[in-house]
Amino acid sequence: MSAALERLAELLPPGRLLVRPVELAAYESDALTAFRTRPLAVVMPETEEEVIAIVRLCHELKLPFVARGSGTSLSGGSLPIAEGIVIALNRLNRILKLDPVQRIAVVQPGVINTQVTTAAAPFGLHYAPDPSSQSICTIGGNVAFNSGGAHCLKYGMTSNHVLGIKAVLGTGEVVEWGGGSRERLGPDWCGLFVGNEGLFGIALEITLQLLPKAECFHTVLAGYRTLEQAGDAVSAVIASGLLPGAIEIMDALALEAAVAAVHAEYPPGCEAVLIVELEGPREVVAIERERLDAILAASTPVEMRPARDADERLAIWKGRKSAFSAVGRLSPDFIVQDGVVPRRKLGEALRRIAEMSRETRIRVANVFHAGDGNLHPLILFDGREEGALQRAEDLAGRILKMCVEMGGSITGEHGIGVEKRDFLGDMFTPDEIDCMQRLRAAFDPLGIANPGKMFPGKEAPAMSHVGLHPLEKAGIISRE
Amino acid sequence: MISPASLTELRDAVLSAPRVIAVGAETKPRLSAVDAVKISMRQLSGITEYDPSEFTFNALAGTPVREIITALEEKGQYLPFDPLLVEAGSTIGGVVASGLSGPGRFRFGGVRDFILGVRFVDGMGRLLRLGGKVVKNAAGFDVPKFLVGSLGRFGVIGEVTFKVFPKPAATLTLSMPFEADKMARIANSRFEAAALDVLPGGETLLVKLAGPGAALEVLAREIGGEIIDNTIWDEIRETPWSYKTDITPDQISDFKAAHVSCGGSMAFSHSLPVRGMTLRGDAPLWIGGRPRFAIEAAVKQALDPQQRFPTLDD
Ligand SMILES: Cc1cc2nc3c(=O)[nH]c(=O)nc-3n(C[C@H](O)[C@H](O)[C@@H](O)COP(=O)(O)OP(=O)(O)OC[C@H]3O[C@@H](n4cnc5c(N)ncnc54)[C@H](O)[C@@H]3O)c2cc1C
Ligand SMILES: Cc1cc2nc3c(=O)[nH]c(=O)nc-3n(C[C@H](O)[C@H](O)[C@H](O)COP(=O)(O)OP(=O)(O)OC[C@H]3O[C@@H](n4cnc5c(N)ncnc54)[C@H](O)[C@@H]3O)c2cc1C
Repeated sequence: MSAALERLAELLPPGRLLVRPVELAAYESDALTAFRTRPLAVVMPETEEEVIAIVRLCHELKLPFVARGSGTSLSGGSLPIAEGIVIALNRLNRILKLDPVQRIAVVQPGVINTQVTTAAAPFGLHYAPDPSSQSICTIGGNVAFNSGGAHCLKYGMTSNHVLGIKAVLGTGEVVEWGGGSRERLGPDWCGLFVGNEGLFGIALEITLQLLPKAECFHTVLAGYRTLEQAGDAVSAVIASGLLPGAIEIMDALALEAAVAAVHAEYPPGCEAVLIVELEGPREVVAIERERLDAILAASTPVEMRPARDADERLAIWKGRKSAFSAVGRLSPDFIVQDGVVPRRKLGEALRRIAEMSRETRIRVANVFHAGDGNLHPLILFDGREEGALQRAEDLAGRILKMCVEMGGSITGEHGIGVEKRDFLGDMFTPDEIDCMQRLRAAFDPLGIANPGKMFPGKEAPAMSHVGLHPLEKAGIISRE
Repeated sequence: MISPASLTELRDAVLSAPRVIAVGAETKPRLSAVDAVKISMRQLSGITEYDPSEFTFNALAGTPVREIITALEEKGQYLPFDPLLVEAGSTIGGVVASGLSGPGRFRFGGVRDFILGVRFVDGMGRLLRLGGKVVKNAAGFDVPKFLVGSLGRFGVIGEVTFKVFPKPAATLTLSMPFEADKMARIANSRFEAAALDVLPGGETLLVKLAGPGAALEVLAREIGGEIIDNTIWDEIRETPWSYKTDITPDQISDFKAAHVSCGGSMAFSHSLPVRGMTLRGDAPLWIGGRPRFAIEAAVKQALDPQQRFPTLDD
């Protein structure tokens, strides 16, 4: 055992310091399975004090560490470092406080996203950010990636719901920012910390705001002959002054997948399906639904299907949320991309993706958050074919560059991680990247917190065959 | 006082003196009352991009908030967080740097929740754009949020990108005697109130509802209280408060003299609170101290190594 491992062994009992290859195997990659690295060791702290002691030891020994929640990152964010350790936070899984009057929850980082809503439900409250992986991903991972979901247009991302953070930084310093109040004084440190992709340190306690559950929903599924018509319908909804909770589109290939996987049923002959959902007090929804239905009826759909009850609503969402994993039925392998374009350019973006798809003969399915221009092209390939993965990655890269050219972003919610490091320079100038690196160095001068992520430069780890996340194969989670 | 008229001139202005600080309309004068050459943002004014269908706009930092609100209103949109001192001339850069939101913060969040991107000049005179220009973006560190409430101490904001929402068709205001339980019930209810404030004195609870007019009347009957004129919110917004404190609902009774806003998350007062931030007057900027961590100096060093801008303690 190396000297570093001996020191770690002083902090943790043997069962919580994993060093044997068979034990480490499960931690070699996250949901971007193309990348794999075996870490030196995995540690499983159970208390905040243990996490702090481990980080301080890493600081003393200049030992790199990667924080890990459930390992569902789609960008290689929780990919281990060969010469470093993984700090698995799953055992810090307690909800420390749930205050229905202040409408807050204080949680440890290993708490699963849906557990917060489950705990808040008896008080008529919920935790708004809802990534499709919500039944498995952790609040710590959500904080590191500022994760989103289907309701971002109206409710924002994770950051908009984090009121307070206690963290141990890469320097070993323990900080506490914000707290139970929705307001704060001075610079917004929590705002800076959320979305740091594990490069600033480890979140130990997170204070989340809870919102009352919407009383009533009106969910409509509309089928269109062309993607363009579906896009025009979105524009009409936006122009109407309504603020839907969600606006989603699935294209023909994504529909085919959902039909195959969950026996979803869609209007025949449609190249696109649009889902729009209103929510609020029943009196408000009663008035707004008439306007929405009229707008959609005027948008020449092939067919319109408003959900008549809660079961029909759930069926609509089941088809939508299963779309990613469902694509696994159509292709042995696929890459989920995540880019953003200005909403008015959605039509053009989809046209160009279709052109690139034809030109490269690579099939691309599209599922996206139309309300906020967040595209999720699913690039299909067969990893057993020589060079297929590389060709798929090349296409993914072209799509990202297109997003930047159109004035959008290279990631709406999945983060930069390892996967998109080389595209950071397409979005930011060298001075801007330098500014971010200086900030990183302030939080972590030794560069031990999740090094090799976000910033371009370092040698990329070798890629291998991509497949479904093991949990997706098991049908436990699906992607969005 | 230097008055740059372009972002390039703003860079030059930052480098022109060893110690500088940006000021907007100085509606919150205590926040910039430091020994430094003032850079007036007034000439760096104007909406540079506004496409209502994107729910976003870009504006130079010296743009009066009034101008922005008017432009948004023409297209049926608004800034849901209710910036303060609009008629007094607050600038959008000043709103970001001072981190002040009004009663509307309750429903959808504050300045921090609607800012998407910034162009700012750091202490080395570099003009940097961080964040994004689209409603959703997760690329890079969220420096735009950090600059909310940064009081011009970490950089000068030159241009901002904000998210906006469609303006609700109608608003309705209810007034009723304040009771903590009642406020909590309304806050946790199906009503989705737009604002929930307690007037100074601690006796009166105000509830603002926003949405289609016909629906609001039905909701109002169920909530109870007296329907009063909506203009009370304009008065609240334009009151030049001297102090602001971040509080939690269980502390409302300790802030009886203050105007309590955002469901019990903010207190604005004219008399010195036990803790908080001074917006005007001679009191120290921070009342009752503030949390201090070593990381603050390190981040300051990262963004402003020559200490060209004052620190949060100046
Ligand atoms: C009826 C009336 C009454 C008024 N009363 C007063 C009064 O009592 N006192 C008074 O001073 N003015 C007063 N004014 C002037 C007016 O309030 C100002 O024009 C004001 O609104 C602008 O201040 P601000 O909100 O833009 O931010 P400021 O108060 O200028 O600044 C707030 C903070 O933000 C920082 N900041 C501002 N802009 C930037 C930027 N671009 N980048 C980085 N940091 C920045 C500052 O350094 C400071 O820390 C009055 C005007 C009218 C019409
Ligand atoms: C099927 C599927 C569907 C998905 N759908 C969505 C979606 O709809 N929206 C969306 O935004 N994302 C989605 N994702 C991506 C992913 O689920 C999110 O990024 C999630 O937040 C990761 O959480 P995790 O617990 O798995 O974190 P991990 O993958 O374990 O870690 C993610 C990052 O967070 C860091 N980290 C973890 N814990 C901490 C901590 N306590 N402190 C500091 N850093 C920490 C890690 O170092 C790493 O960089 C999906 C993924 C899958 C597989």
